[in-house]
Amino acid sequence: MRFSGFGILKQGLTGNKGWTAHWRNPKCKEAYDIVIIGGGGHGLATAYYLAKNHGLKNIAVLEKGHLGGGNIGRNTTIVRANYMMPGNSEFYSHSLKLWEGMEQDLNFNTMHSQRGQVALFHSDAQRDAAVRRANAIINQGDDAELLSPKQLRKMLPYLNYDSPRFPIYGGVIQRRAGTARHDAVAWGYARGADSRGVDLIQNCEVTGIDIQNGQVKGVQTNQGAILAKKVAIVVAGRSSLVAGMAGIRLPIESHVLQAFVTEGLKACVDKVISFGMGHFYISQSDKGGLVFGGNLDYYSSYASRGNLPMKEHVMEAAMALMPMIGKAKVLRSWGGIMDMTPDGSPIIDKTDIYGLYLNCGWCYGGFKAVPGSGYSFAHLIATDNHHEPAAGFRLDRFRTGYGLMDEEGTGAQHNLH
Amino acid sequence: MRLDQDSLVDQNFPIKFQFDGMSMTGFAGDTLASALLANDVRLVGRSFKYHRPRGIMSAGSEEANALVTVGSGPQQEPNIRATQLEIYEGLEVFSQNRWPSLKWDLLALNDLAAPFLNVGFYYKTFMWPKSFWEKIYEPVIRKAAGLGSLSGQANSERYEKAFAFCDLLVIGGGPTGLMSTLQAGRAGMSVILADEDNRFGGRLNSEKTQIGGVDADQWVNTIVRELSDMPNVRLMTRTAITGAYDQGTFGALERVSKHLSSPNKHLPVECFWRIFAKRSVLASGALERFIAFPNNDRPGIMTASALRTYINRYSVSPGRSVAIFANNDGAEQTARDLQAAGVQIAAYVDVRADARINGDFPIYRGASVCDTSGRLGLEGITVRHAGQEINIAADCLAVSGGWNPTVHLSCHMNGRPYWSESLLSFLPAENAIPGMVYAGAVNGHMSTRACLQSGVVNARSIMKDLGKSAAALKIPDAEDYAYGIGAIWSVSPSGKQRSWLDFQNDVTVKDIVQSVAENYRSVEHMKRYTTQGMAPDQGKNSNVAALAVLADATGKGIPETGTTTFRPPFSPVSIAAMGSEGQDKGFAPERFGSTHQAILERGAPMIEAGLWYRPSYFPRPNEKTWRQSCDREVMMVREHVGVCDVSTLGKIDIKGPDAGHLLDLVYTNKFSSLAVGKVRYGLMLREDGHVLDDGTTARLNHEHFLMTTTTVADSLVMRHLHYVHQCLHPEWDVSFASVTEHWTQFAIAGPKARDLLNGLLDQSIDNEKWPFMSCGQLNIMGISGRLFRISFSGELGFELAVPSRYGDSLFRILSARVEELGGCCYGMEALNVLRVEKGFITHAEIDGRVTAFDLGMQSMVNRTKDCIGKAASQRRGLNDVDRPRLVGLKPVGSVKQLTAGAHLFTLQDPAERIYNQGHITSVAYSPWFGYFYGLAFLKNGSERFGEQIKMVDHVRDIEAICEVVPPVAFDPDGGRARA
Amino acid sequence: MRLLCPNCGERDLREFYYQSTAEALIRPDLDAEDAVWDDYLHNRDNPAGKTEDLWYHEAGCNAWIVISRNTVSHDVLDAQLAARKRLSNEGKK
Repeated sequence: MRFSGFGILKQGLTGNKGWTAHWRNPKCKEAYDIVIIGGGGHGLATAYYLAKNHGLKNIAVLEKGHLGGGNIGRNTTIVRANYMMPGNSEFYSHSLKLWEGMEQDLNFNTMHSQRGQVALFHSDAQRDAAVRRANAIINQGDDAELLSPKQLRKMLPYLNYDSPRFPIYGGVIQRRAGTARHDAVAWGYARGADSRGVDLIQNCEVTGIDIQNGQVKGVQTNQGAILAKKVAIVVAGRSSLVAGMAGIRLPIESHVLQAFVTEGLKACVDKVISFGMGHFYISQSDKGGLVFGGNLDYYSSYASRGNLPMKEHVMEAAMALMPMIGKAKVLRSWGGIMDMTPDGSPIIDKTDIYGLYLNCGWCYGGFKAVPGSGYSFAHLIATDNHHEPAAGFRLDRFRTGYGLMDEEGTGAQHNLH
Repeated sequence: MRLDQDSLVDQNFPIKFQFDGMSMTGFAGDTLASALLANDVRLVGRSFKYHRPRGIMSAGSEEANALVTVGSGPQQEPNIRATQLEIYEGLEVFSQNRWPSLKWDLLALNDLAAPFLNVGFYYKTFMWPKSFWEKIYEPVIRKAAGLGSLSGQANSERYEKAFAFCDLLVIGGGPTGLMSTLQAGRAGMSVILADEDNRFGGRLNSEKTQIGGVDADQWVNTIVRELSDMPNVRLMTRTAITGAYDQGTFGALERVSKHLSSPNKHLPVECFWRIFAKRSVLASGALERFIAFPNNDRPGIMTASALRTYINRYSVSPGRSVAIFANNDGAEQTARDLQAAGVQIAAYVDVRADARINGDFPIYRGASVCDTSGRLGLEGITVRHAGQEINIAADCLAVSGGWNPTVHLSCHMNGRPYWSESLLSFLPAENAIPGMVYAGAVNGHMSTRACLQSGVVNARSIMKDLGKSAAALKIPDAEDYAYGIGAIWSVSPSGKQRSWLDFQNDVTVKDIVQSVAENYRSVEHMKRYTTQGMAPDQGKNSNVAALAVLADATGKGIPETGTTTFRPPFSPVSIAAMGSEGQDKGFAPERFGSTHQAILERGAPMIEAGLWYRPSYFPRPNEKTWRQSCDREVMMVREHVGVCDVSTLGKIDIKGPDAGHLLDLVYTNKFSSLAVGKVRYGLMLREDGHVLDDGTTARLNHEHFLMTTTTVADSLVMRHLHYVHQCLHPEWDVSFASVTEHWTQFAIAGPKARDLLNGLLDQSIDNEKWPFMSCGQLNIMGISGRLFRISFSGELGFELAVPSRYGDSLFRILSARVEELGGCCYGMEALNVLRVEKGFITHAEIDGRVTAFDLGMQSMVNRTKDCIGKAASQRRGLNDVDRPRLVGLKPVGSVKQLTAGAHLFTLQDPAERIYNQGHITSVAYSPWFGYFYGLAFLKNGSERFGEQIKMVDHVRDIEAICEVVPPVAFDPDGGRARA
Repeated sequence: MRLLCPNCGERDLREFYYQSTAEALIRPDLDAEDAVWDDYLHNRDNPAGKTEDLWYHEAGCNAWIVISRNTVSHDVLDAQLAARKRLSNEGKK
């Protein structure tokens, strides 16, 4: 069913009884050409682009729980393309372009809103680093502008300019950056993939990967064995465990990242704002809740919940930067499990096992990457060639030292990125 | 309507307050909700989406409708539950989410357009034309969204945080919690009893009942009196336990002074507690739930237990003719209380055909309420009974759909509650929170006596665990009825009426049915598609009913359908409370050196350097810009002498017979061979082969080294040293101490540096005894200090260190003497220029991504020994000739300005990523050379000296042609430093 | 979260610095193969369940500690000084 303003009108006048399922509940077949493990944002986008760009149909997405139940449903919804390192720049640039056409492509309103993101800096050294980044963004063809404290005061009058611990020296704005309705992205891709014939199998947990003579043959699941010519692992948060089924030890450590939302408030924060001292970033959703987050809890975890020290640190950063939100009340906090890699950048690659593909290591930047990741991973799976914008996301970069993409410069300690 | 009867409000103490500008009177003990009801105010708020008129529907923190804004100016606070807000003299309250007024709300038009705004509509539209989303649709949606407003002004009030420790945390001060606390308190355990209400007693405060033969409030008072006399018991009212975390950690929010008219200014508004408890008792009780019948959301419709609370606790009847709609035995108490208060009962409607209710009022068994009327407040209900629909006038309807145990905290560590078929509700999963037991209603004990008993039994099991004992408390006589309930979740409409589940987010039964039709049938999909349970009450009032409706629509049972997850906080926590230490300067410690005051006295602006503050420059009267001061300071250092406090650099004392071994492992170069009395520059790698830090290390004695680190890396390097020692070579006999703050250290640099020193030292020095890179102990004006002949400027340089208590006076002496020699004090700006001219690196260059190879320092990686990072630094990719490598740049085109952060391109290439050749890390205007000089990383740079390259700074719109030169511009042979 | 320090007893999470797996105690030789160093530096078992990690009691006694912990439940099972563990590892070699 194609969505349109007319459809809303027609359904509204006839009691909204004609709405139909956004995707089917297909029975799992015994064999597929391609099995995608993981029905999160990246997995669903991969399936969608396999079908759309490569005309492939015999595809299943196996999801342990419900579609979009992973990190795509528990992030701070920020979409941007402000990376600096070669490999990242071109990838996120491509991904942002896909965001810009996503709704029309999917016929699903994901509420992608290019409200602009302001990244603040607080010292001469941070300014130099910010300028370097901003120039790299422009070199890539994306947008960035330097903002003076005076311009910032006008744009974001409620920041603490007058008695800060770390003065605001300026900021960089990317006007094409913004937010989106996270769940809708998963649903939109699910609906798009389903309508192109992809089988989305929920409550289907993969328990083993069948490999013979270095070639993937299929997967074992709680719904039985499934034969597959190609198997793609796209299970951020569980990557080590699923790759472990194929005997692969990944350069990944799982960490919990918390995020927060307040009660609904009348519009008061219209940009995405990132503090430069002590990780803190915030935006306001279209429903009115302030959505914000900070850094990892730092210890490895699969618990998808965090502890007080980081919560308090994030709130303290909030009070340091924008004390006007002090009287907003946190309604809910949650934790997602992040695939942290040694350089803070992701992996989209083949493996040593023929027919087994890997998409993981998004650290906590995975949401904005969804369209680009799906697009490039689909390309890799369909053609066995790396898609140019994602060609830097090689697994072997850690071993060789070529093409490391350490945006934070914190080195090979997974939790520091 | 205020009732003339005894209760917990004191009708001798009137309190005046304002609601939407209307003056009203309540009494001491009232909440805003009870006071509004006493003033016959029923319309209190508007719903989120359809702006439906809404009234008070509960009497606790779970309130979904009556959210208000309190105060104005910076103290304005939105989204306060009227049911928790204690009134005080002068309180000003405003209703929310309405315009122009609560009664006449323009966006109530949304309700008329509801057929076109139903569940998920926004995912299906607003996509054409593409550019309209940001320009038109979204701004309109954002303008309508949200509940209350923030003031837009910075928080001006005090908030606080605190820690507390106890053996036992009792969560909830109702009959259960009181008994647990008393039992454990008598056993001498340290106990914290916390309740979000302003007095202990829980449901007992709301019921007409007796315990142990006395009125319940009297019983509560007796127990609380005994508890307050126990030094081992801390009683915390107005304190909500907001979250359960690992190893017995709890978050709690105490409302300290919000209820006071003119609080002592030393009191915080709220205090956020971190409570560490060896054990905990969850005695959080249960919340009464609604039934989803058509038009069940009108002002005047509330839970039956809330109605009893208003009658019994506050002497207020929310209506003059009250109907009751229930499915369980608890509601008959409501009828009795109404009768006792002399309020007319319009109808008693029970879904159960066999309901055991008797009374002198119309009773409908096997019946349901199937519609209501009254636009801004309830006027009547329609009862479906025996195949007929009967209209009955009523201005208040008390609803009881049964009770939901308040299991929320048990879910904070991912515990999933289980379904009880007999109670028709979820109970907390066993062992969901380590150390926590569940007592009373939260665990399904629905009578008062069962709660009292459960409180004692659970406390005693914990006492046993912790080896504590006391005589078992006797369980007093109390109400002990058997709870019977019949299943009902929703009542089907006879027409197009909507039955509301989530009042705040305006989710109806139909919405859930439609979400299932659209295949959002898993509980998480349903929640996210319909927004059920995502409003400020987080589904406390509606989630279970919504699940039941979902289960019905999908044909699955409730247990198979499962629940969404309750996450912290239990009730909303203000950011100001949880972040109270962060506002203004409190966000990070401020580190001040011993010379801070003396530097301020010289008029130097201070800037942040890590956590430290350092002088930026020392202005002289004729200087108007920082550059003038900086240029003058640089030239004075180069021509005469300058003094700079460099104490913020990390200083680590390293002692022991294996100190040399350790240094050999952490530095790329060798230190065990360093002679006593000598200093060496060292480069430190991370184990991944990239540069961690650099600095000099002096050998003060055979087994005593002093390491310096960069200012920002001192704790990082300290941690690293401990790591290498404890984790890799614990057999080595070596120890470390941070002495950064123990010594004040001055750089004295310039051709006259020795002259300056010799005026101060008890024994003068010369180049022969104190050559470049020597160090030692000596006396400065009678004080024992240390001298290091090192230079970060390229000049003849020393660093002179004295114990910090002498730092201030030595600085004052140095700054006077240096001027006599034609020199000056210099700040960070000049220091940076001096080091850039000399090609010395800082963290601008060693930004975590560079290697010794990139810096041209590969020869410093000693071939004959291992060091941390050596193996990884040998990876091919880290030694590729095309890696960006450190070079100097000077402008040679018409544009003379260089900027840090600019990128480099060959002259013919466009400034695009694929042509990128590198970037500039540091730039300084060199008054010595008379032009801007920069340090940069350039692809294969060390092979490209003499080449012209283009610098492009897009964001500043500057392009300059530069010549690539070796990084060390000033005195490349180092003759001046050795002079 | 409360962690166990063998020197100081149970202390709050905020006093500690976390640094990955305790496998770091077994450092390869300088001339070990690339793959060995790669595995040591980058790859992780990353178990969902019991793990042994390195923690540093930074706002405490400066001890590096091997804490045995469950990554799913966050239970803290055991703690010993890294130095002691390293020495006993050496003994076993």
